[in-house]
Amino acid sequence: MPSSYYLVLSAVLFGLGVVAFVFKRNIITIFMSIELMLNAVNLAFVTFSRHLGNLNGQVFVFFVIVVAAAEAAVGLAIIILIAKHRQSLNVERVDLLKL
Amino acid sequence: MLILDHLWLIPALPLLGAALNGLLGARWPKRAIDAVAVGATGLSFLAALELIREFSALTPQQIPWLKSYFPWILAGNFRADFALQVDQLTIVMLLVVTGVGWLIHIYSTGYMAKEGGYYRFFSYLNLFMFFMLILVMAANYALLFVGWEGVGLCSYLLIGFSFLRKSAADAGKKAFIVNRIGDFGFMLGMFLMFKTFGSLNFADVFSGAAKMPVEAMSAAGVLTATALLLFVGATGKSAQLPLYVWLPDAMEGPTPVSALIHAATMVTAGVYVVARSSVIFAHAPLAMTVVAVIGCATALFAATIGLAQNDIKRVLAYSTVSQLGYMMLACGVGAFAVGIFHLFTHAFFKALLFLAAGSVIHAMSGEQDLRKMGGLRKKIPWTFWTMFMATLAIAGAPGFSGFFSKDAILWKTASSVYGTSANNKIFWAIALATAVLTAVYMFRLLFLAFFGAPRYNEEHVHVHESPRSMLVPLVVLALLSVVGGWVGIPELLGGSDRFEHFLSPAFAAAEKAAPEAAEHAAKYSHQLEMLLMGSAIFGAAVGVLIAWRRFLVGKPGFLKGTAFQKNVQKLLSNKYYVDEMYDALVVRPIHWASNAVLWRVVDERGIDGSVNGLAHAARAVGERVRQVQSGNTRSYATWVVFGAVAVTTLLIWLVK
Repeated sequence: MPSSYYLVLSAVLFGLGVVAFVFKRNIITIFMSIELMLNAVNLAFVTFSRHLGNLNGQVFVFFVIVVAAAEAAVGLAIIILIAKHRQSLNVERVDLLKL
Repeated sequence: MLILDHLWLIPALPLLGAALNGLLGARWPKRAIDAVAVGATGLSFLAALELIREFSALTPQQIPWLKSYFPWILAGNFRADFALQVDQLTIVMLLVVTGVGWLIHIYSTGYMAKEGGYYRFFSYLNLFMFFMLILVMAANYALLFVGWEGVGLCSYLLIGFSFLRKSAADAGKKAFIVNRIGDFGFMLGMFLMFKTFGSLNFADVFSGAAKMPVEAMSAAGVLTATALLLFVGATGKSAQLPLYVWLPDAMEGPTPVSALIHAATMVTAGVYVVARSSVIFAHAPLAMTVVAVIGCATALFAATIGLAQNDIKRVLAYSTVSQLGYMMLACGVGAFAVGIFHLFTHAFFKALLFLAAGSVIHAMSGEQDLRKMGGLRKKIPWTFWTMFMATLAIAGAPGFSGFFSKDAILWKTASSVYGTSANNKIFWAIALATAVLTAVYMFRLLFLAFFGAPRYNEEHVHVHESPRSMLVPLVVLALLSVVGGWVGIPELLGGSDRFEHFLSPAFAAAEKAAPEAAEHAAKYSHQLEMLLMGSAIFGAAVGVLIAWRRFLVGKPGFLKGTAFQKNVQKLLSNKYYVDEMYDALVVRPIHWASNAVLWRVVDERGIDGSVNGLAHAARAVGERVRQVQSGNTRSYATWVVFGAVAVTTLLIWLVK
């Protein structure tokens, strides 16, 4: 199969992630959409790695997976705290990040 | 060859003194400040004397003796070195500056003893000496200008020495600003000189000018322009018409300052520059005429004002302006050496007059008004006798220093090779009239202060003779006022005109450019010279008689009581309303323009407006843009997406 198929799939997955991130209100869903985008990028990396015949892309993928794992740990911890404090997972109500 | 090899020592010593006193003097006792200030100038004077001894051993080819220490300005093909030079003219100026300067430093230790800011005063005074020495020793116009501006600065600082008094602070500013007007001309002159000769070194400029043809009156060219521009600077510094107005006001400074800066040395800088640039002037007869006319007019104008002043120092100030006019007149008729001769003798007797006036003021506990003095002769005999010597000298009593220099000026004016003989006769007549007036106002001062009945309250004012530190300089200067002119006794009186011969190498190039003199000289015989000298003596005697009759005997003048006499009196005591005229023509328009245009429009609307406008615009834009920052994470994410899309699009578009 040509590489373009994988790239198109990657783009579709990334787009879905973006749309979900922007339009969903539940923090857990948003969090999952971030994971979706990361994996879309991983797919693109792997595709290019194979297409160009070097391993750099695959190395990056491992980095991304490690960072994603760390992010999951921290992110979920934050989500648990928010849930405890606000009794809600609605992102609309977390809006203190402004002047 | 010690000093010839180390010329820098002469200006450096006062600079060191100024630095020591200025930086550390605040914590020192008076004696230490005295030692540093007087010691530094004294050593400088000794160095100058040693320099003269060494200088006399030089061959004519070695003069001017030039020492270049380091390149100071290098820009393109312009080069100005920190270079000092010594020739006959410099020697004379050095003697005057260090010698009189030293005596005045000694005097100041007595006069200023009870004043605040003692260390500051001596630091400024030493700094002045430094700049003045740079001025007279510089080997190019750029370095000369450093000294020129430096003495102006010190003059400003010292006039405004008691800066808490508004009149003193104002007088300082006036002196500085009026001088700046002159300096502007001086700078333009330098620029023109650089454009013409490609250099500001004396050697290059003078040899260049000597090669150029003499510019006829009707075909004035670049040399005339240069000379006139330099003369504009000289009118500022040497208080000539129309820029003399600052000098009388400069009397707000302490009296030793008036003596040193505003009588003996700094104000003669303009005469020095004209004499130094004699080659340029000699090639520009038009400029020579202007110098002579201005000098002559100033001499008469200031002398008439001096007749009607009541402040003892102001009389002397106008006298200084008048005498400077004499020096300029001498330069203008081509007798540069004679101008410098008068500068030399004037430095002695005018410094002495000021110092003696200071001693009178000291004795009267600060009173400067002649109308409140009288009868001081017996109470302060030392001051009286020394001042009497100086008065005789300035009035031109035969045998005194002023007689020889003034007589030389009168003679050279009448027999000048420049200008038409009709013009020269007019110059001579005006100069003679000025000599009469000089005798009148000086003896008026003497009679009002020292003779007659006391007009002060003898119970309140305890007249006392000054301390020895003030009297010794008076006596020394009195001696010099008498004998100082003997170096220039003319051939007519059995002398050999040594002063003029000594200076002649410095003006040799200018002599060459002068109109043909051989046939000319025949017309002027010794009989004529004798006649002119006799009329000068007669004129001075008439002046003394007028003063005696009018101010000592108290007989009314022949016009006494008439409306004409009253009007003249009023006009003179108001100094021809020149200050009022300048106020109306220059000061007020500038004030108005600064207030109404520069402040209200340019500053408030233009500058403040644009600055504040920018700030308002930034705030208004911020007010709108901050709406974007809602705190809603998802909206931020949306912006990030838009941003990423925009950047990507841009990249793709660029790569194409």
